[in-house]
Amino acid sequence: MTTRLPSTDVVLIGLGGAGGIAVLPLTEAGVEVVALEAGRWMTPRDFAPDELRNNYRGWPHSVQKANREVPVHRANEQSPESPRDNLHPMMNAVGGTTLHYYARSYRLHPWDFGVVSETTRCYGDSRIPTGSTVEDWPLTYADLEPFYDTVEYELGVGGFAGNINGNIDSRGNIFEGPRARDYPMPPLRSTKFTEMMSDAARRLGYNPFPSPAAINSQAHNNRPACQYHGFCNRGGCHIEAKNSTAITTIPKAQATGNLQIVTEAHVTDIQVDSEGRASAVEYLRDGELFLQPAKVILLAGYTYENSRLLLLSSSDAYPSGLSNNHGQVGRHYMTHAQRGGVLGLFPHRLNRWYGLPAQGSGIDEWADDNFDHSDNDFIGGAHFWVSQDSRPILAARMNTFGRAPRWGSQWKEFVMENADRWVGAHLQKTTLPYEDNYLDLHPTVKDPLGFPVCRITAEYKENEKKLAAFTQEKMEQWFLEAGAIDTFRMPLGPMGPSTHAYGGTRMGNDPNTNVVNRWGFSHEVPNLGVLGASVMGTSGARNPTLTVQALAWRTAQYLVDNWRSVSS
Amino acid sequence: MASFLSRREILKRAAAAGVTSAVPAQSLAQVLPDRARDQFENLSSTEAEILEAVVSRLIPTDNNGPGALEAGAANYIDKGLANALSQSRDMYSIGLDALDQYAQEANSQRFVDLDPAEQDTLLENIEQNRVSGFDPDSATFFNLMLRHTIEGTFSDPAYGGNQDFIGWEMIGYPGLRLGVTVEQQQMDYVPEMTRVSAHDMAMFDVTISEVEANDD
Repeated sequence: MTTRLPSTDVVLIGLGGAGGIAVLPLTEAGVEVVALEAGRWMTPRDFAPDELRNNYRGWPHSVQKANREVPVHRANEQSPESPRDNLHPMMNAVGGTTLHYYARSYRLHPWDFGVVSETTRCYGDSRIPTGSTVEDWPLTYADLEPFYDTVEYELGVGGFAGNINGNIDSRGNIFEGPRARDYPMPPLRSTKFTEMMSDAARRLGYNPFPSPAAINSQAHNNRPACQYHGFCNRGGCHIEAKNSTAITTIPKAQATGNLQIVTEAHVTDIQVDSEGRASAVEYLRDGELFLQPAKVILLAGYTYENSRLLLLSSSDAYPSGLSNNHGQVGRHYMTHAQRGGVLGLFPHRLNRWYGLPAQGSGIDEWADDNFDHSDNDFIGGAHFWVSQDSRPILAARMNTFGRAPRWGSQWKEFVMENADRWVGAHLQKTTLPYEDNYLDLHPTVKDPLGFPVCRITAEYKENEKKLAAFTQEKMEQWFLEAGAIDTFRMPLGPMGPSTHAYGGTRMGNDPNTNVVNRWGFSHEVPNLGVLGASVMGTSGARNPTLTVQALAWRTAQYLVDNWRSVSS
Repeated sequence: MASFLSRREILKRAAAAGVTSAVPAQSLAQVLPDRARDQFENLSSTEAEILEAVVSRLIPTDNNGPGALEAGAANYIDKGLANALSQSRDMYSIGLDALDQYAQEANSQRFVDLDPAEQDTLLENIEQNRVSGFDPDSATFFNLMLRHTIEGTFSDPAYGGNQDFIGWEMIGYPGLRLGVTVEQQQMDYVPEMTRVSAHDMAMFDVTISEVEANDD
């Protein structure tokens, strides 16, 4: 019933933003990799500029696996379940969600790696919120810096460096950790709108800067520069200016001859041998079951699927799920509190119709520990970001700031005047892990194959709520300084499925509180590695993908350097 | 994992759900527009008539120009009910019927025969969840119609709405441009409106998934 395939060196589950990075150092070192990807290849022809399809109907997607496994959320064990979303936040394809992500490619701040020790040093250990399970990372920013650098150059990330070996440059983020060298490309261009926001930030004493982005600001590696057409937000790039792994590291890994890609492979089980080592991956393809044995298994799904697949892969050696004999799989779950932004209404047109979410103006004065928290009742902060990114349906669905009803002639008049006069600011906020925020298997809701979907039990705590209110007020001031005539604070909302989801297989030195060790390999299953934001122990205050990718490269490099000990 | 499902059961369910194969994609021409407003394919003529009356109040035709009726928002919904909006089919059947019954009870007339002010009063009560007979309730149905009316007025015309680019013109969206100059991105610049659908651009495969998130 199940076809057993010849064994290989490494079988990788998920060829997306993380797995698509790891295959390059592995295959270049001569390691043979079989990559199992649920989706298919997509091409520029798939990426029509169509807002309805991209933003409201769950495209682009090459197969509908993720959308059939949307996690179910509840705030806590006593609360009812939230309405279930129709669409999964991530997509299945070779390259994964890097095909349609914003491509804002930030490094985390050094503080994010040492939240416990830095908070204790500056303010005392009483400032760690009650119930939080936060730990220092088992590595520092300096440890990860070379891998950030490698990934920035392999993908092609544009930006202004704010700190090269301690030399501060105010065109970039002056708060960033030191980097070894500049970005390989300049940032995306500014516009009069983004300059209006940057000027206002400077009047407030801030240091605004453009976002680093894995998008070509100029021709790069034989691919053209971004054309700013306005459908980058959950849209793939028809000219291949967005540097997804599908057009950068994956083809390069293929060229080594050591990468075999199996598309439309729906993984159902990770199996172990009599010694408790990971031995093979079972997958379903075109109605048939296959078993792919390997010396090393790398799990590189999205956060929800990483925990879910481990929990589903139970065995005699791991009765409550693979690598879960310490009960840590699914723990330390976080999202980014991406909601809870601020809207600003301006008295003039902004012409934000053309552009992209990575083109804008940001500040870091209220992020991380960049300001003195002595008189605050929370730790952490938010990165603020306004971008040149609007489209017709989004614009017409605008909040009316209490100035018009939701429909009818008055609504129409309001929207005709204001559809291009409002902006939503993103505040990416520090979110901490807590004892009672976790992922597990849903007791009744199943996917079409009959496997339980992931259940999220999570809610924002006092620290997240207080820092949201604090940073929203600062964002309102920035909008007003720029000339806004009104502002509106968006609610934090539920902590349901998110494009910025972390934890579940946390990385740390203590096997009692972490699933993987400091190199990304399981404490319990030595030849099982995990890639993705599921290993991250803090959220930071900025987009996770570049950190995920730097960690993926680092884990792959560790495997190459320690092949004999890990694989046997 | 054996505790969850037998391998035999996985294969059986995979075949039944069709989950192992790629999503069948159809050409837009098969599932999308015939753009004539008087041709409804899924809604009955009674349902279509009521729905057109509703969208005419949500985004009215008035001194500020044409609205959702001319844009073909009802046509957008009608086309969508055959594919991406199919899970809303029953809500529309039940909701439009309940709406008309409510008009009969409240004003002793069909909804379409009421004057606009009377229609607005009824719609406000539906929006405020004060009316019974809807699935699951009147506010949910109102919000569904409003969301779909906005989608149908402001989405790419390939889906049957936004006819003659009425929606994009209404809010000043200057249309699709694959290459955007520095000047065209500036706040004080008003780009000339292009009038083209993404699905008329030969460089794209204009397919739409039959299997939306709501298919199961």
